[in-house]
Amino acid sequence: MSTSDNFKWVGSRPIRPDGVDKVTGRASFAADFSLPGTLHGLILRSPYAHARILSMDFSKALAIPGVKAIVCAKDMPVIAAEAALVGGQPPDFCDMSENLMARDKVLYEGHAIAAVAATSKKIARQALDTIAVEYQVLPHVTDVQSAMEPNAPLLSDKRYTQGIEPRPRKPSNIASRYEQILGDPVQGFAEAEVTVSEEFTTQPVHQGYIELHACTAQIGADGQAQIWCSSQGQFMIRAYCAKLLNMDISQIRVIPMEIGGGFGGKTTVYLEPIALLLARKSGRPVKMQMTRQEVFTSTGPASGSYITMKLGARKDGTITAVEGILCYQAGAYPGSPVRLGCMTAFAPYDIPNSKLIGYDVVVNRPKSAAYRAPGAPMASFAAESLIDMLAAKLGMCPLELRLKNAAKMGTQAPYGPKFREIGYVETLEAARRHPHYSAPLGPNQGRGIASGFWFNIGGQSSASVNINEDGTAVVTTGNPDIGGSRASMAIMAAEVLGIDYKKVTPVIADTSSTAYSDLTGGSRVTFAVGMAVVEAARDVVAQLTTRAASLWDVPVEEVSWLDGHALARVQGQAQQMSLQAIAAESARTGGPIAGNANINAQGAGPGFGTHICDVEVDPETGRVTVLRYTAIQDVGKAIHPAYVEGQLQGGAVQGIGWALNEEYIYDESGNMSNQGFLDYRMPVASDLPMIDTVLVEVPNPRHPFGVRGVGEVPIIAPLGAVANAVARASGVRVFDLPISPPRLLAAIRKKQVR
Amino acid sequence: MKLHINAFVNDEPVEYLCDPEDTLLDILRDELHLTGTKEGCGSGDCGACSVMLDNRLVCSCLVLGCEIEGRSVDTIEGMAFADKLHPLQQKFLENAALQCGICTPGFLIAARALLDINPDPSESEVRYWLAGNLCRCTGYDKIIQSVLDVAAAGRENS
Repeated sequence: MSTSDNFKWVGSRPIRPDGVDKVTGRASFAADFSLPGTLHGLILRSPYAHARILSMDFSKALAIPGVKAIVCAKDMPVIAAEAALVGGQPPDFCDMSENLMARDKVLYEGHAIAAVAATSKKIARQALDTIAVEYQVLPHVTDVQSAMEPNAPLLSDKRYTQGIEPRPRKPSNIASRYEQILGDPVQGFAEAEVTVSEEFTTQPVHQGYIELHACTAQIGADGQAQIWCSSQGQFMIRAYCAKLLNMDISQIRVIPMEIGGGFGGKTTVYLEPIALLLARKSGRPVKMQMTRQEVFTSTGPASGSYITMKLGARKDGTITAVEGILCYQAGAYPGSPVRLGCMTAFAPYDIPNSKLIGYDVVVNRPKSAAYRAPGAPMASFAAESLIDMLAAKLGMCPLELRLKNAAKMGTQAPYGPKFREIGYVETLEAARRHPHYSAPLGPNQGRGIASGFWFNIGGQSSASVNINEDGTAVVTTGNPDIGGSRASMAIMAAEVLGIDYKKVTPVIADTSSTAYSDLTGGSRVTFAVGMAVVEAARDVVAQLTTRAASLWDVPVEEVSWLDGHALARVQGQAQQMSLQAIAAESARTGGPIAGNANINAQGAGPGFGTHICDVEVDPETGRVTVLRYTAIQDVGKAIHPAYVEGQLQGGAVQGIGWALNEEYIYDESGNMSNQGFLDYRMPVASDLPMIDTVLVEVPNPRHPFGVRGVGEVPIIAPLGAVANAVARASGVRVFDLPISPPRLLAAIRKKQVR
Repeated sequence: MKLHINAFVNDEPVEYLCDPEDTLLDILRDELHLTGTKEGCGSGDCGACSVMLDNRLVCSCLVLGCEIEGRSVDTIEGMAFADKLHPLQQKFLENAALQCGICTPGFLIAARALLDINPDPSESEVRYWLAGNLCRCTGYDKIIQSVLDVAAAGRENS
C-alpha cells in the first residue's frame, strides 16, 4: 500500500474521546471506585530478604472489633507442579501463587504473608500490627553475580538450571541458560582486525506508574465474583484469578477501570486474588490499595543485569562478529527477560556471526515484571556502548558506522527470521539530516547516538462496531486504554465508515460484555486491535451496502461505498444514500446493523529507533544535564501523531531516568533503602529539555493503514545515547548504570589521577 | 474521637467528621467523594494530590483533614465552569498533554497556580514550578508546551 495520504481521519490529531473526563477529575481509576459496605484490605509483608516462616498467630488480630477476615497462603489452593503452566507457556502459576502469598519461606523484603480485611483502614492497620510472626532469618543474596557463585545462598534447593545437558546435579540460583548462535563466531572474530570488549552492569528500575495498584472485589454466595481494577488486561486478570483460585472463568467478571500507567508492570496480578479471598471469607466487598512503598518493594521492577560483550570488526567498520554473556536478575522467581535481551541487542545490525548466552538468575528481590521492551534496554546499553567505542577506535563517525552495518529488508536477524519491510536505515538518515546532529557543542558538552529494536506483536483481538439508529457508531474493544488508544480506535473506525470522528464512541468493555482479547502490551493495541476494528467496520460497510441495495432494489454488486455514503446508479440515475439514512431505515431492511471481528493478528512490523542526545557534564560534581534530545522512529503509520510523539517522548524520558538516576538501592541486610519517590529519583520537568521527535513512516504492509507498534522502541536507545554522550562530553566512559553524580565524579577523578 | 469540621470546597460549604490522622486527601476522596484528586505516593513527592488551600498550592496528602476548619479548598472538580473548560484543560486536550491521565488533575491545579501569580513564565520557570509533579507517561514536553501556550494566549487576550 502507499502512504499517499488520502485519509480523512488517519494521521489527524483530534481530541481524545476520554479527554474531558481526564482533565476534569471525572475519569474513574481503580482507587476511585467504591461500593456500599466495602471493607478495607491490607497486606502484611516480610521485613526480611530471606527467612523461613516458623509460625503466624492471628488470634489477637481476629479479636479486634471490625476485623472481618484474615487470609494467608493456607487459603490459596495448592497448584500442582504439573499444572503450573497453561499450554506450556509462562507464567508459572505455582510461582505466582507463592509470590502472592509466601508459603513457608519469604524470598524478599515486601513478600506478602497475610492479608486482613476490616471495616476501616485504621482497624486493618491495627490488625496487621498485632499479627505475631516468628521468622528464622536465612542468608540472602541480592547481587546477580554473587547469586551465580556455587556457594551462594539458595532461594530454592529444588531448582536445577534448565537448558544445560546433562542436567546439573546440584541445585542453583541460575534458573535457566539460553544460547543464541548465528553463523560462525570463532571464524568471525578471526576475520576481525579490531575488537572491543567490556563488562557492563545495570540496576533494577521500576516502571514508576503514578497510579498505585488498587482493586475492589466482591463475591456472592453463588460464587459469582466481580472485580473492579486497573490493569493492562481485564481478560488477563480474569484468567489469572480463575487459575490461582481454582474458579471457572465464567464465575468472574472483571470491570476495567481507567489505568494510571502500567508500562508492562500491570500485566500480572498482585491484589486481585487476595481481595477475592478476603471478600469470600468476609461476605463483603473488599477494596485494596497499595502504598507507594509497597509498589516499590512488592511489584515488579525491570531486571538488573551483568553483561560482558565483545565486538569484532574490520578496519573499514564492517562488524564481523559479536559474543556476549547476559546475566539478568529475575527476582525471587524465574522469568527475567534475558532471552529477549539476547534477541534484541544487535538486531539493528547485519552481523553474520554472533553468540549470545543468557542466564536467568533468581535473587532475593521482588520478582521482576515486564517494563516497556522487556530485556532490551540493558542489552542495548552494552551493545550501543561497544559500537560507540568501536567507532572511536576506528576514527569513524558513529552514525556512519551504524549505517554501514544497518539491518535492511532481507537481513538475517540474529534471533532467527529475515527482516521484511523495515525502516532502520531511514531513522539513521533522518538523524543525519536533523539540525540537532550538526548543532554546535560547547565545553564539557557531548553528543551521543544510539539505536534500538523491538519486535512488536499482534495477537488475539476482538472488536465490534455497532451502528446506532441515528447513524452514529459505538466501537467496543476489550483493551485498557493506557495512552490514547480509544482515539486511535475511533479514528480508524471513522476512516473506514466515512463518518465524522465525533460520531464514533469507543468503549472498553468488561469481560462479560465483549469477546476475549490479549492484554494491552507488546505495542500491540493500535496494530492488532486496530486491525480488528478495521475488519469490524468493513463488516458494517458490507451490511450498509446490502441494505442500500435492498432499499434501491438493485443488486448489491452495483453499490459502492465512499465517504460515508452508498453509491449506485438506480434506474439510470446516480444515487447516494448516507450512513445516517440507511441506519434510519434499518428496521425495515433487516434490523440492527453491527459488525464484528475476532482475529489473531499476525504480521506486526518490527520497530527501529535512533536517538540523539546532547549532555553537559559538570566536572566538579559529576552532574549530567541533558541539553537536547531527539527521538527518531519508524512508526509505520501514525494514526494519531500527537499520541505517537507522546510515546516517543515518554519512553525517551524513562530511558534517561534509567541511564542517569534510577536504581533500587539495597543495604547489607537485603532491604531496599529508597522506597519512595524522594529517594528513587525519576526525572522531573526541571531535569529535562523539550524532547524533539521525528516520525519516520515506512508502512507495515500487513496492516490496513501501515501501522507498526510504537510504545516500546523509545525506551531502548536512551541508555546508550546518554552513556555515549557522557563519554564524549567528559572523556570518561561509564559502564555501570545509573551514571549518577557520585559514580561519574569518581570516574572523572580516577582518570585525573592517572 | 472524630472531629467535626466545617469548611469550603470549591466554594461550597462542606462539613465532615474526621479522625485526627486523616489527611485532607483522605477526606476529599473518602468522605467528600471528590476522587479527581489522586494519590500517587502519600508523602508529598509526586504532586498528584495537588489542591489549593486558601489559594496556596499544597499536596493534600501532607495536610490533615482537621486543619481545614473554616478554610477554603479548591480541587480539580471546580476547575471547569459547568461545561466550559479552563483554558489549561482545553489546551491539555488539544496538545495531547496527557496519556494515562492520573497525574493530570495535579498538573492542572499546579499550572493554574503558576499562571495566577506569573502570567508570563519562561520555559524554565514552568519546568521548575512543575518539578513537584511527576508524570511517567509524557516526558513532560507537551505539558510544558501547553502551559506556555495558555500563557501566550492569555497575553494576547489581555
